[in-house]
Amino acid sequence: MIKFILNNKDIATSLPPGMVLLDFVRYHQHLTGTKVGCNEGDCGACTMLVGELNNNELRYRSLTSCLTPLGNVHGKHVVTIEGLNMEGLNPIQQAMQDESATQCGFCTPGFVVSLAGFCLSGKSATQQNAIAAVDGNICRCTGYKSIERAAAKIAHLMQARQDTDPISFLSANRFLPGWFAEIKQRLYLLGTELNGQSHATTATEWLGGGTDVYVQKHDSLKDAAIRFLFDDTRLKGISRQGNRCIIGAAATVTDLYESPLLQQHFPRLNEHIKLISSTPIRNIATVGGNLINASPIGDLTIFLLALDAVLVFSNGDQQREIPLRKLYKGYKNLDRQADEQLETISFALPASDTRFNFEKVSKRTNLDIASVNSACCYTLEGNQIQDIRISAGGVAPIPKLLEQTNAFLKGQPITEISINKAIAIAQTEIAPISDARGTADYKRLLLGQLIKAHFITALQLTDH
Amino acid sequence: MKNIDAYTHLRGESIYLDDIPLIQGTLYGAAFGSPVAHGVITSLDTSEATAHPGVVRIFTYKDIPGENQIGGIVPDEPLLADHEVHFCGMPVAFVVAESIDAARAAVKKIKVAIEPLRVITDPREAQALGELIIPPRTFQLGNTDQAWQQCAHIFEGRADTNGQEHLYIETQGAYAVPQEHNALKVYSSTQGPTAVQRAVSRVTGLPMHLVEVEVNRLGGGFGGKEDQANTWAALCALAAHHLKRPVKYSLHRMEDMAMTGKRHPYSADFKIGLNAELKIMAYEVTFYQNAGAAADLSPAVMERTLFHCTNSYFVPHVKATAYSCRTNLPPNTAFRGFGGPQGMFMIESAIAQAAEAIGVDAAVIQERNLLQTGDEFPYGQKAQSEAPECWNKATGLYNLTTLRKQVDAFNTTNKWHKKGLACMPVCFGISFTKTLMNQARSLVHVYTDGSVGITTGAVEMGQGVNTKILQVAANTFSIHPDRIKIHSTNTFKIANTSPSAASATADLNGKATLLACTAIADRLRKMAAEELSVAINAITLQDEFVWVNGMKTDRDWKSLVMAGHTKRIGLSEHAHYATPDIHFDATREKGHPFAYHVYGTGIIGVTVDCLRGTYTVDSVKVVHDFGSSMNTAVDIGQIEGGIVQGIGWMTMEEVVYDKEGRLRSNALSTYKVPDIYSVPKEIAIDFLQTPHDNLAIFRSKAVGEPPLMYGIGAYFALRNAIRAFNKKGHFPFDAPMTPEKVLMALYATPQEGTIPPHEETSKHLAVDK
Repeated sequence: MIKFILNNKDIATSLPPGMVLLDFVRYHQHLTGTKVGCNEGDCGACTMLVGELNNNELRYRSLTSCLTPLGNVHGKHVVTIEGLNMEGLNPIQQAMQDESATQCGFCTPGFVVSLAGFCLSGKSATQQNAIAAVDGNICRCTGYKSIERAAAKIAHLMQARQDTDPISFLSANRFLPGWFAEIKQRLYLLGTELNGQSHATTATEWLGGGTDVYVQKHDSLKDAAIRFLFDDTRLKGISRQGNRCIIGAAATVTDLYESPLLQQHFPRLNEHIKLISSTPIRNIATVGGNLINASPIGDLTIFLLALDAVLVFSNGDQQREIPLRKLYKGYKNLDRQADEQLETISFALPASDTRFNFEKVSKRTNLDIASVNSACCYTLEGNQIQDIRISAGGVAPIPKLLEQTNAFLKGQPITEISINKAIAIAQTEIAPISDARGTADYKRLLLGQLIKAHFITALQLTDH
Repeated sequence: MKNIDAYTHLRGESIYLDDIPLIQGTLYGAAFGSPVAHGVITSLDTSEATAHPGVVRIFTYKDIPGENQIGGIVPDEPLLADHEVHFCGMPVAFVVAESIDAARAAVKKIKVAIEPLRVITDPREAQALGELIIPPRTFQLGNTDQAWQQCAHIFEGRADTNGQEHLYIETQGAYAVPQEHNALKVYSSTQGPTAVQRAVSRVTGLPMHLVEVEVNRLGGGFGGKEDQANTWAALCALAAHHLKRPVKYSLHRMEDMAMTGKRHPYSADFKIGLNAELKIMAYEVTFYQNAGAAADLSPAVMERTLFHCTNSYFVPHVKATAYSCRTNLPPNTAFRGFGGPQGMFMIESAIAQAAEAIGVDAAVIQERNLLQTGDEFPYGQKAQSEAPECWNKATGLYNLTTLRKQVDAFNTTNKWHKKGLACMPVCFGISFTKTLMNQARSLVHVYTDGSVGITTGAVEMGQGVNTKILQVAANTFSIHPDRIKIHSTNTFKIANTSPSAASATADLNGKATLLACTAIADRLRKMAAEELSVAINAITLQDEFVWVNGMKTDRDWKSLVMAGHTKRIGLSEHAHYATPDIHFDATREKGHPFAYHVYGTGIIGVTVDCLRGTYTVDSVKVVHDFGSSMNTAVDIGQIEGGIVQGIGWMTMEEVVYDKEGRLRSNALSTYKVPDIYSVPKEIAIDFLQTPHDNLAIFRSKAVGEPPLMYGIGAYFALRNAIRAFNKKGHFPFDAPMTPEKVLMALYATPQEGTIPPHEETSKHLAVDK
């Protein structure tokens, strides 16, 4: 039995926990304001908000309901466009109307929900943050300029919030229906009621955020016996042990983004993460899922390869450590036993003299899968490279650590000659194929360019 | 006035096809598409699929009681494949089951054996083999053969444009509900309710008066639902007709992308000649249109390519030939611009090639050749031109000279980033080029409480046509807009409609509504004149009251209507409008096909990252010929949206088929349309108010398609930025300019082909990237 609150209504359902939230809401609850656009998290027409209690703090995040199983909203509060409706238009809807930010209207509820997510997030009231909230929403009609103008208006309205709790502010200013005020208490009671309840004892599928698995196996997962890892508190958290950063396998990309520890050690973290999928996907996509999915182009995988991350697997009895660089044996083929579950990922935090860079080029800069991505982590002594790890995605059947290239560069000075040699060596250890993300020739040229970009300042590839 | 649907859109209360409350007993359909692009079906085994729990029946061509044919212009498109398949995704069977899951699961269990035949994906290959949809057509003006002698500069070249996926966010779909007397009611997400009605009638064998097609609204169409909604409606209708149960099919995104056609890819050879003053003296062009496996709307699209082959320029000697080439891709179809953009891209490429070779800015050639009023188009119509006005205002208002200096200064001081600038004048003809389609009807009912209900043939798909029609009625009756409701489009209420397309829907249906409202208003005015013993000319309706000689009376709208009903005056009207003055003689390829033209000039600025090959569109600044806009909010929305869609076509949107004709860009993860971060940082729009009388509704010129063509400027701006980094590199005119093409061009060598194509890469269009 899955229990949660849908808008203002208590839900208890015996439908399969693998059914996606979107189908449940549209076809079983007959709330049709949320739309089906792409069924793979790429358009945002199905965006909903999910609220959960964390240390007695109620926090809402947007997600793509087409990729979210019911099992992942157990004990939470789900908000659809219907849950944001009051008499007349709320200020978000009003701003959208005033700016003519809706044409055919099909994507519109998704935009309204995402913008409500911005208002609930407690993020500072800037147009930039409001726009970031709709980075996962595709509109084919407006050209977005009217949506940008509406976002600016909404951000302006939110400036009055200052330090007030978002829910109180939004309720008081008629952004949200009055019953929102009771949700925290209701979630608390629901949590108490559910305490100790678990589901799926004999699972055939393990599932994190579902962002990739539901794209691949949408039809078969509905009736599968699933073990839900997303809310497993043992798999959460980002912490520091000595000079190492330990990340729980079910930590989300948003958790990384918001981690003070990572922000401190990766000053350009926001810039890097912005290149990875979109807000509603980052809110549910897990670090572990990205690694286990074994996509040759996984952004976090490439990121963590360059950091020489170490994984801890457990089969319940024993733990096993394995460096990430040894995990991939072939295309989607992992050095992992069927009963082994990824628990943590750890890496040495970059020291102050360690340089780190992440590059990604795709057809569309944001909300896209890379043509080629690459990360680089190195230290220098004088002008000589000491340790170096360059990773590359999209150029081989597996996410690749360019070992020969790295071996060559160790001890070399950063000069145009040495980097060009390194690129030539890289060409010998990659094997890109032509596909929808680019021709093999392009990927070869692009990887070389991205390797240059890692040394952009030293090679004077910048304009100023 | 804001879009009248905004309120329900923003609350998620607007009803699209998949939101219609279902009738008990509804079944669900799913189509089984051919896995092979071309071949002979040797066996089709549906036994395992039929046995799947929940499956009710699987339909094949054998179950069609009428004709297995949905081709509109040319009867060359079976609904369900009979013996041969002609494209990947071509419907072969239609599964109907008790649930969506069961239908989709059963589709996977259908087995088909197909003996493969030669797969053609390249239009030039098709043309060489004589695989043409219709005979080629040629538009001619002057005599190019003699004109070359007058030219100081002659250039020949080739240009290619790829397709474009419509990516309406609401996928295709239909819901067919059996009625008594064998009739069918079909809810469809279509731009062409009559086209759907005709297709259903043809397939089921039912006369059209038993087929009711209802369209509430679409979640985007862009041309993709002009002709290609027919398939799903006909399949659901076929099943509902047999099973006497409602059948619904709302396509999964990947089904939609794989099974439906897109904007036509084109390849073209051109030859352009200029005199010493850079006047274009002659232009010859041959278009190879990639039509896909069936005609669909390709002949009409091809025709519009010819109409717009000289864009906004006067060329005294023109010879333009077009081939509609049959390939084994899904039948390509209407898409905003309807062949016009492809024609314009080719002449812009020719101008760019000339400019690069001569060493002048393309804008110099563009400006010197703009259409003047009285100039003749290659199809015989004389221009009422706003082209120079738009150009002069744009280059002045946005200060082209300063913009160019800024770009040059930036490019001098920056090595790794380069800026590029391009001007894009646009001229687009308004009217269906098939003259008979330029007619529309409107049904207006005034009820005794003063409320007004209107039905037209227009389909609301986000373009705001219902808002404009409501404005027409509110204006004519001079009543508050809240009194008026625009009803769904329905073939039982309005018959024989033209599709909502060609930017002409508001003009045609708005004019019909104007006629209907005027007729009712005139009857009410006549009655009021008799009551008050004044001449009818003394009576006006104003602000919900009857006025006499400019003086308000106490007779209000509501009581006027009630009095009319009491006196048995008709409060309903069904009016017909046909665009006057238009004609076209296809035997001579001459005539006056367009009610009017829309003009404009855009200035597009971009910045390229020369290390990574990525880029941003910085600004699009436009002066656009609105005539006299009746709804600036709607019109600005159309322009901004059109520009971004055009830029998408020219930059990141890349339709990729492999050599076997399988779509590789088959999902939103592999086909990218602009997101909020990729759109121009600035879009500036200035209204060119043109005073001349025109045939537009309230002189508010059509705005749906023309702005898309400003996006073409993004291609040439990127090209200019690349050339600022790599002056000598050879790179072809080949859109879209993806980051891949940009990077390859930035590092291209002067000799063609020195970047060796990868073994899997073919040169021809849309194939194998």
